[in-house]
Amino acid sequence: MAGDAGAQIIVDGLVKRFGSFTAVDGVSFDVARGEIMGFLGPNGAGKSTLIRILCGLLRPNAGRALVAGIDVTVDPDAVRQRIGYMSQKFSLYNTLSVIENLRFFGGVYGVPRVKLEERIRFAIDMAGLAGRETSLVATLAGGWKQRLALGAAILHRPAILFLDEPTSGVDPESRRRFWDLIHTLGAEGVSVLVSTHYMDEAEYCNRVALITRGRLIALGTPYELRRRSLGAELLAIEREGIVNAIELVEKAPGVHDVAVFGSALHALVDDAAMRAPALVAYLADHGIAGATARRIEPTMEDSFVHLVGAATLARGDPA
Amino acid sequence: MKPRRIKAIAVKESLQIVRDPRSLMIALLIPLMQMFMLGYGINLDIKHIPLCTYDRENSQQSLGLLKRFASSRYFAVHKLDQSYAEVTHDIDAGNCTIALVIPAGFSQGLNDAGTGTVQALIDGTDSNTANIAANYARAVISGFSGDLQLQAIQRRGGTVQTLTPVDVQARVWFNEDLESRNYIIPGIVALVMAIVGAQLTSLTIAREWERGTMELLVSTPVKPLELMLGKLLPYFAIGMIDAAICLALAVFWFDVPFRGTLATLFFTTSLFLIVVLCIGYYVSVSIRSQVGASQVALLLTMLPTILLSGFAFPIDQMPVFVQGVTYLVSGRYYVTILKSVFLKGAGAVELAVPILCLALYAVALVVLAARSFRKTLD
Repeated sequence: MAGDAGAQIIVDGLVKRFGSFTAVDGVSFDVARGEIMGFLGPNGAGKSTLIRILCGLLRPNAGRALVAGIDVTVDPDAVRQRIGYMSQKFSLYNTLSVIENLRFFGGVYGVPRVKLEERIRFAIDMAGLAGRETSLVATLAGGWKQRLALGAAILHRPAILFLDEPTSGVDPESRRRFWDLIHTLGAEGVSVLVSTHYMDEAEYCNRVALITRGRLIALGTPYELRRRSLGAELLAIEREGIVNAIELVEKAPGVHDVAVFGSALHALVDDAAMRAPALVAYLADHGIAGATARRIEPTMEDSFVHLVGAATLARGDPA
Repeated sequence: MKPRRIKAIAVKESLQIVRDPRSLMIALLIPLMQMFMLGYGINLDIKHIPLCTYDRENSQQSLGLLKRFASSRYFAVHKLDQSYAEVTHDIDAGNCTIALVIPAGFSQGLNDAGTGTVQALIDGTDSNTANIAANYARAVISGFSGDLQLQAIQRRGGTVQTLTPVDVQARVWFNEDLESRNYIIPGIVALVMAIVGAQLTSLTIAREWERGTMELLVSTPVKPLELMLGKLLPYFAIGMIDAAICLALAVFWFDVPFRGTLATLFFTTSLFLIVVLCIGYYVSVSIRSQVGASQVALLLTMLPTILLSGFAFPIDQMPVFVQGVTYLVSGRYYVTILKSVFLKGAGAVELAVPILCLALYAVALVVLAARSFRKTLD
């Protein structure tokens, strides 16, 4: 494992363009040793592109990226020796067995021969694939495939792990197991950069970077993001058909922002205690009686929706 | 460069080949099929030219002439026609290439004036065949006239020796029977090796791109040269098996005389194999789609080897400019080497120039192929 306690990944003003499309637009952040950093954002936000740049697979147009202290554009092979990568699309060999895949990656990563069998054993146990060593990978179910891919990515004991939407298309039970593994690795000092579009998964990370349209719009612990970034308190307004009253609620005094959440409305207000009864009265005045309003803890999704909206407004783009 | 990584790639590639028995069968059966198809299909010897006859005389002498045609291995009598209309029809319908008409006064003329005339009607659609047919017909007829003269002289009590003042004793070297098969088959071995070799590797990189495994592979510390060597090794082994199959068929099935040494044969074959494997690899790197790469590899190897290697069409008969182009075709050197090794028993010393050219070609392509692969998704 890496020896230094400083930042394992340092990204500074990274830009990547594909033709006239800017996939990554001036992103800066860093990841400490043993830290689990989540990239949260919709599909096409630029998460994969960012990870590929950090793995040395794409060259940035501007900015700098240091991984394990090495500039990825200067010596990508030295970076590759120190990282593990799980791509978004499953990319082990389907026509090879579990153990053949692991031996292949062990050989390519140059895992010392004396340690290889032990590491393969570890990866197989970790993935829960004991007894299925000789099964062809094509015959494995999604969750096992993902864990095997993770096992292959850590055979050479990398200091840094890049996981690009590792849990997409995997059942909830397997997802939880997978996150347990990620936490175990983090506890051992591996820095993990993991992208996801599941809001609940962001809660498992030490810090979360919200990314949309190639920009990093917020960065902090899940708790910080939920609270600080809103800068206000949240009310849940419930009543049958309340969703249709969204424009009315927007115009109510003290309301900054309103969003639809299922059959309820979430309104961002300056003071929840004062505004809750006022809003109920306001709605009744406008012919919508019997609504309830109560203060709730904001979720990651509230925060995300709000921050994306704010970022969009700030750039002057149409929503 | 780490041998460990090359080995890991080679083992993985071999496992993938073994797990896909269909493509392995294709790799081993296609050369077999091509050898048979091309070995029997391409034949430049013209024998058994279909012949129709219209004998308007039916004399002893006219029948004697026709018998000569019938017994010649160059002609096969298709039909005995009974009218000009039939003759015209047979030529038009392509039943025969040549029709021989013997006029009614044939033997009369021979006996009275000492000369007779026959008419040969030849289908000139294929001018080459027509020429050869006319020449063979002339040869048969002059043999016939020679015999007639001989008989006449003997009747007058002359001696036979006066007949042949100069006797040319032609001896053909290397291909004593002038069998076109003997020089075509070694060329076909080269052609099959070129096609199969490039096909084998044309899929290898494109497949990784198509299946999405390339993204992970380029994220590992493997070097482009290691990747290439690891991938080419198993295909080199298959290619050498293919070569052994083709060469064995040439010698034991098609009876092409083999006068060289196996060492020269396999050394030069491995050089040529390196060239064609690298062509396939280069195409696979450049095109990234299995179907596309396989098509382009076929085009790049088959056409130049058929047209410009001299395997069937002599290079010294080509326009000067085209002759220059043939120096860029690797098949040219291998065809030269194979023909010489098979028919002349030439060794490495006699073949130093083409072997050197082939070796340079191999080195250049290894460098080109190794440099073509970039470890990036851009």
